[in-house]
Amino acid sequence: MIPIKVLVPSGVLGLGFDLEALNHGIKNNPDIISIDGGSTDSGPFSLGSGTSKYSRSAIKAEWKSLMIAREKANVPLVIGSCGTCGTNGMVDWMENITIELAEELDQHLKIAKLYCDQEKSYIKESYKLNKILSLNPAPKLNNTVIDEMTNIVALAGAEQIQECINTGADIILAGRTTDTAIISALPLMKGANPGSSWHGAKIAECGALCSTNPTTGVVMVEFDKAGFTVEPMSKNAFCTSETVAAHMLYENADPYILHEPGGYMDVTYSNYYNIDKKKVRVEGATWNSSKNYCVKLEGARVSGYQTSLLVLLRDNNYVKNIKKWTNKLSKFLKKEINKRMDIASSEYSLEFRHIGLNSILGELEKKQGSPVEVGVLCLITSKNKISTELAKLINPFLLHFPLSIYEELPTFAFPFSPVHSDRGCVYEFAMNHILELDDPMDAFQIKISEI
Amino acid sequence: MSTLGEKVKKIRSKNAGPFWITIDVFCGDKKVYKDVCNKLKNSKISSLFMISEQDLKRFEIENLNVIKFSFPRKIIQGDIFDRDMHGAQLAVLLSEMKF
Repeated sequence: MIPIKVLVPSGVLGLGFDLEALNHGIKNNPDIISIDGGSTDSGPFSLGSGTSKYSRSAIKAEWKSLMIAREKANVPLVIGSCGTCGTNGMVDWMENITIELAEELDQHLKIAKLYCDQEKSYIKESYKLNKILSLNPAPKLNNTVIDEMTNIVALAGAEQIQECINTGADIILAGRTTDTAIISALPLMKGANPGSSWHGAKIAECGALCSTNPTTGVVMVEFDKAGFTVEPMSKNAFCTSETVAAHMLYENADPYILHEPGGYMDVTYSNYYNIDKKKVRVEGATWNSSKNYCVKLEGARVSGYQTSLLVLLRDNNYVKNIKKWTNKLSKFLKKEINKRMDIASSEYSLEFRHIGLNSILGELEKKQGSPVEVGVLCLITSKNKISTELAKLINPFLLHFPLSIYEELPTFAFPFSPVHSDRGCVYEFAMNHILELDDPMDAFQIKISEI
Repeated sequence: MSTLGEKVKKIRSKNAGPFWITIDVFCGDKKVYKDVCNKLKNSKISSLFMISEQDLKRFEIENLNVIKFSFPRKIIQGDIFDRDMHGAQLAVLLSEMKF
């Protein structure tokens, strides 16, 4: 086989890359340009709300550079997990940006869209047929939970991306995909070593994070029958056997095994060595096909409506007794809320976090300091939309609540007006499951358009 | 007695998907790696992070002089009670541990 070169401009669209490095990559004749567009890394909000984490303008500016580069190279450009969460809506959002840019750049393109949203009825049916299996640890799943989810997506693998490549599209806008599938799809199709196709994809999925200079973004991976070679495209970045091998540790619970649709890759017996100052050669990964073809599912549901308040305390007596103060205040507020609003404490969550004491680590915090001031972050979350009303009731007490009845009413510092900040709807991840498919395309659809 | 952070090159922690935390201890050289491998017991790690020892996965990666620990999060990433979505500050606890 002829080696296959995959150009990866950066770890994710929206984070930026070095344009000079991108141009250098294009001069090296890639066979495909692959970039990730999303992740669950920023929490459940993106999937829950079906929105992008990055601004549209940042995405558009970077996508423009890639569309220009693609035209020069005359190869397919693939983006996976459009708009962070990879819902159908975000694939269409990305298509919209692409259409605007195609007009600006006077480009005529064939676009393949890969849709990964899952119908609730299909998920329920699959659940009933025991086609949905839980991973460890998995939230409880049942029909009610499925009904409560705002979005469910399946993560596409190499097979679904290959279907898109086979349409001859110039640009592939994929919904949720594994980070690696957009990179491994073409080399696998062309007969590169299967284990190494996934391994190289894993190494390059965060762009130049596998090099000495992560912010430059761009890397090229060359795949062949025996292994892969990775090289950063910026003149200021270098790959060493250590920077490359160390990337297998990053964000991976297991540093040797990576599960993908249709099987898993094992890098236990891989060898990494420098070919020259910049390039690293890797061989030895294996691919193990599973009996059943499974894809991972992601789902999010509303966990409540949230409002936050922040009060700052500098009075030494209160700083020293801050936990006692919030304990007393919490009990008092629950009574007041019940009395004045007739709402039981089971209908909402009221939490105080002590900024300056242990707001990050909570009960795990071992250190005790003597802060000069403390911030109290008050979080109210309710199933129905009463958190703003609760915050308004809490507001005056947060400002004036005394430690004892024998003192004048204190007044603390509010840094904002309004004091409360409505955080709107908040979401939670509700799935850590896989779905068994008879055919890889069963849970996915491809749509083609020409512009 | 010094801390683990003073002894090794780097300690980092990160979420590995929404349901797991992973911590990498980069020892720097073989001597420190061997020493840390021998002395850093799983029981210490599990009590530090208040998790059960059975939930803790340990990997000793000799060619990188790295010891890696992974465990399921007690609170899922982005849950209303989550205090550190990326779990990246957890490394500090291990770094400040007496060694």
